[in-house]
Amino acid sequence: MSAVMPGTSSTSPLSAPAGGLLTGRMWSLLLAFVLIVSVAVPVMNLLIPADSVFHLSDYAVSLIGKIMCYAICALAMDLIWGYTGILSLGHGMFFALGGYGMGMYLMRQIGRDGNYQSDLPDFMVFLDWKELPWHWALSDSFVGQLLLVVLVPGLLAFVFGYFAFRSRIKGVYFSIITQAVTFAAMLLFFRNETGFGGNNGFTDFKRILGMPIATPSMRMTLFVLTGLTLIGFFLFARWLVTSKFGRVLQAIRDAETRVMFTGYDPLKYKLTIWVISAVMCGIAGALYVPQVGIINPSEMSPAAGIEIAIWAAVGGRGTLIGPIIGAFFVNGAKSWFTQAFPEFWLYFLGMLFIAVTLFLPHGIVGLLRRRKEEH
Amino acid sequence: MDFRRTMRPTELIREPIDPSFLLRAVAFFFVAFGILLGASAAHALTPEQVLAMAAGDSDARSQAIAQTAASGDPAAQAFFQALLDDAVRVAGDKVYVVRDDKVSEAASGAAATLPEGAEEVINSNRLRRELDSAMASLKLLSADPAERRQAVRELRDGADESKLPLIEKALSTETDVALKGDMGLLRAAVLVSSSDKARRLEAAKLLAESRTPATKALLVERLKPGVEPEADVRAQLVSALLGVESQLAWGERLGVIFTGVSLGSILLLVALGLAITYGLMGVINMAHGELMMIGAYATYVVQNLFKAHMPDAFGWYMVAAIPASFFAAALVGAALERSVIRWLYGRPLETLLATWGISLVLMQGVRSLFGAQNVQVENPAWLSGGVDVLSNLTLPYNRLAIIAFAVLVLVGVSLLIARTRLGLFVRGVTQNRKMAACVGVNTARVDTYAFALGSGIAGLAGCALSQVGNVGPDLGQGYIVDSFMVVVLGGVGQLAGTVYAAMGLGILNKLLEGWQGAVLAKIMVLVFIVIFIQKRPQGIFAMKGRSAEA
Repeated sequence: MSAVMPGTSSTSPLSAPAGGLLTGRMWSLLLAFVLIVSVAVPVMNLLIPADSVFHLSDYAVSLIGKIMCYAICALAMDLIWGYTGILSLGHGMFFALGGYGMGMYLMRQIGRDGNYQSDLPDFMVFLDWKELPWHWALSDSFVGQLLLVVLVPGLLAFVFGYFAFRSRIKGVYFSIITQAVTFAAMLLFFRNETGFGGNNGFTDFKRILGMPIATPSMRMTLFVLTGLTLIGFFLFARWLVTSKFGRVLQAIRDAETRVMFTGYDPLKYKLTIWVISAVMCGIAGALYVPQVGIINPSEMSPAAGIEIAIWAAVGGRGTLIGPIIGAFFVNGAKSWFTQAFPEFWLYFLGMLFIAVTLFLPHGIVGLLRRRKEEH
Repeated sequence: MDFRRTMRPTELIREPIDPSFLLRAVAFFFVAFGILLGASAAHALTPEQVLAMAAGDSDARSQAIAQTAASGDPAAQAFFQALLDDAVRVAGDKVYVVRDDKVSEAASGAAATLPEGAEEVINSNRLRRELDSAMASLKLLSADPAERRQAVRELRDGADESKLPLIEKALSTETDVALKGDMGLLRAAVLVSSSDKARRLEAAKLLAESRTPATKALLVERLKPGVEPEADVRAQLVSALLGVESQLAWGERLGVIFTGVSLGSILLLVALGLAITYGLMGVINMAHGELMMIGAYATYVVQNLFKAHMPDAFGWYMVAAIPASFFAAALVGAALERSVIRWLYGRPLETLLATWGISLVLMQGVRSLFGAQNVQVENPAWLSGGVDVLSNLTLPYNRLAIIAFAVLVLVGVSLLIARTRLGLFVRGVTQNRKMAACVGVNTARVDTYAFALGSGIAGLAGCALSQVGNVGPDLGQGYIVDSFMVVVLGGVGQLAGTVYAAMGLGILNKLLEGWQGAVLAKIMVLVFIVIFIQKRPQGIFAMKGRSAEA
C-alpha cells in the first residue's frame, strides 16, 4: 500500500524552467487570463446589452465563479495528491469549514432583516437561544471571520496531519481516515446544537460589508476576486513546486524512504503542504459561499470530498493547469447534464471515475501532451 | 363538549320547567332502582337501567354505567358498544339502538320503529373513557384468555376502585398463571389509590414484586409530593420503587448489550466481505456498500416472485433469497473484477476512485430499475415478533436471526479460507503471487473467485439488512465508512480482528448512544478510531507476512 504512483513522475515538471517561474509565453497567457477575468467578463456581463451575442449572462457568471472556487480546491488537491502522493478525501471538509467561516459573518450581516426580526440569526431564534454561542464571538467582524477562514482549516489540518504523518499513516489508510473525519464533521454540523444551522445551514444572506449582496456589481466583484485568487494561487503553486521544497515533495511522492535516508524529514514537508492545501480549500470555500448564497453540511459529505479528487485526476495530476481544466470540465459537464439528462449525470460521473483511472492516468493534460508528441 | 344536547333528549325543551333538573331526578331514581335490579337480574338489562345510562346528565349517566359494569352483566357489553358507536337514540323514556338501519329496543332487543323526534345520544370524552373501561372490565370475565389479557392491558391506566369487585371476581376464577399475575398487579394498582390506608399499604407490598415500567410510572406518580399522606405507606412505596428500578435497570443494561451485539453482527456481516476483498486482496472497494444494496434488492425481487407465484410458501422466501442475494452480488463482483479492478492491482488510490465510480453507476442503475424510493421488504411471519425476556426487554426474532446468520457466515468463511482448496489458493496468491503462479495456480482466476466471494458475502449482508432496515439505493452509503473502520481497526488480513472490531464497535456505539445520543456517539467512535490508529496503525492485531510491509 505504498503511495507511489507509477508513471506520474515521468510527466511531472521536474525541471524548473530556466529564467524564472514561467516562460515568457506563459506569462503573457497568464496576463491574458487576468485581463479576461478582470476586464472582459465584467464588460461583457454588465455593459454589453442582453440581446447582444457578446453578452455574458448572469447565470454563466455565477457558474464560472462557482467553478473557479472548485478549481482552487482542485489545485489544492493537486498539491497534496499530484505532487506529494497523499490522497485526501477530507478536502470537502476544509472547503466547507472556510465556507462556514464566511457564512457566519454573512449571517450576522443579515441583522434584524431575518424572518424573526431578531438580533440573532433565525435558526438560533428557532432553537430559542438567547445569546450567541462562544464560537460566534468574532462573527461581527469581517477581518475576524477571515482569520477564522484561514485558521480553522489550517489548525485542524495541522493537528490531524501532525498525528497522522507522525505515525506514518500513508496511502489508502490516510485516505480512509480523512474520509472518516469528514464524515464525523458532517454529522456534527448536521446537529442543531452545534450552532451552525443544522440541516439547513446558512442561507438568505442580505449584505456583505454593509453592501447588498445580490446586486450585479457585487456579484461581479466577487467573481473578479475569485478569478484573481485562482490566478494568484496558481502562481503560488507554481513557485512552490519549482522550488527546492517542491522538489522534495515530489521525491517524497516517488520514494519516501529514500528521501528519509538522504537526511530529510518527510514529516515537515508533508505537514507544510498539507496545511497549505487545507487553507487554500478554506479560502475557496469562503469565496464560494457569498456567490452561491448557501452553505450546508452536504458540502462535507464523503461524496463531495471524493469529487474534488476526480477533478484533479480528470485534468491531470502532477501538472498545475490540469486540475483547473478538470474542475471546469467536470463541473461544466455536471451543470449541462443535470439540466439536459438529470438521470444520466451519475452514470457519466461514475464512468468518468472508471475511465480516467483505467485509460487516462495523466488526465486531459496527459492526453494533449501525448497528441503533441505524436505529431 | 356539547353537553346541552345530551340533556335535551326530547321535545321537552319547550316546557317551562328546567328539563335537566327533571331528568336528573328521574335518572337518580332509575339508578337506585337499577342497582336493585342489576343485582338480581343477571342476564338482561332493564329499561330503567338502559335509560339511566342513555339519558340524563353526565354524572348520573356515568354512575349508572359504573353500576351496570360492576354487576358484570355480559348483556351490558352490547349496549356499551352501541353507546360508543353513537348508535343509541332516546325518545321519551324509550331507548332504541339503531344498527344498519334496523331499530331495536335497547333493553329487550325486540324490533321497533324509531319514533319521530328521537334524539341521538351524545357522549362526552369523559363518558367515552368510562365506557371504554367499563367494556374492558366486562371483558375481564370473558371466556377467551386473549380478550381477558386485552382487558387487563386496557384497564392498566385509568382503573379506579369501582372496578375492584370485578377485578377480584376475575382474579378468583382466573386459571392462566401469567394472566393471574397481571390481574394481581392491576388489583394492586387500583388498591394503591384506595382511600383506605391498610389497602394502600398492602398494595405497596404487592407492587414491589412487579417489574414493569408501568409499575415504576405508577409508583413515581404516587410518590409525588402531596399524593400519599401517610409516612409509612410512603416508605413502603419508596422501597417498592427501588426494587422495581433495580430490576428495570438490569433489563435496560441487557437491552443495550443486545442492541450492541446486534449492531456488531451487522457490522461483522458487512465487514466480512471487506475483510476478504480489502484485507486479503488489498483492493479498496468503495462499491462494497452497493454490492450489499444489490443483495438487498435481490431479496426484494425474490420476495416479489414468491408473492406473485407462490403466496402459500411466502414464509420460505428467505430460503431462496439468501443464495439469490449471494450469487447476484457475486456475479456483479466477478464482472467488476474482470473489467475494472484487475487492471488496478497495486494502485490502491486509483482503485479507490474507480470503485467509487462503480458505486455511483450501480446506485444510479438501481434507481433507474427500481425507482429512487425505498422498496418494501416484508419479514416472513416467523421473523416478526420476539422473545420477552424481561418486562422491558424484548429480543426481536429478526435481530436474533441476524446474529445467528452472522455467526454462520463467519464460520463458513473461516472454514472456506482455512480448509478448502480455493481458500488455500487465495492465501497463497495474496501472500506471494509470483510463487503461487510458479507452482501452477491460475492467479487471475483465483483473484476473480476471491473478489466474487467477498462480493457475495456483501450480498448476504444486504439480504440480512433488508430484514431490519430500509431497502433503497442509498443503503450501502450508510455502512461504508463504518465497515472500513471495522476492517482498519481489526487489522488487515485478519478475520479474528474483524470479529473483535465489529463487536467492540457495535457495543461501544450503543453504549455511547445511550449516554450521548446517536450522532455524538458516532463521532466519538470515529474519533476513538482515529486516535487508536495513531497508536496502532496495524489495527488490533498486527499483520504478519508480506502484506505487513505495505
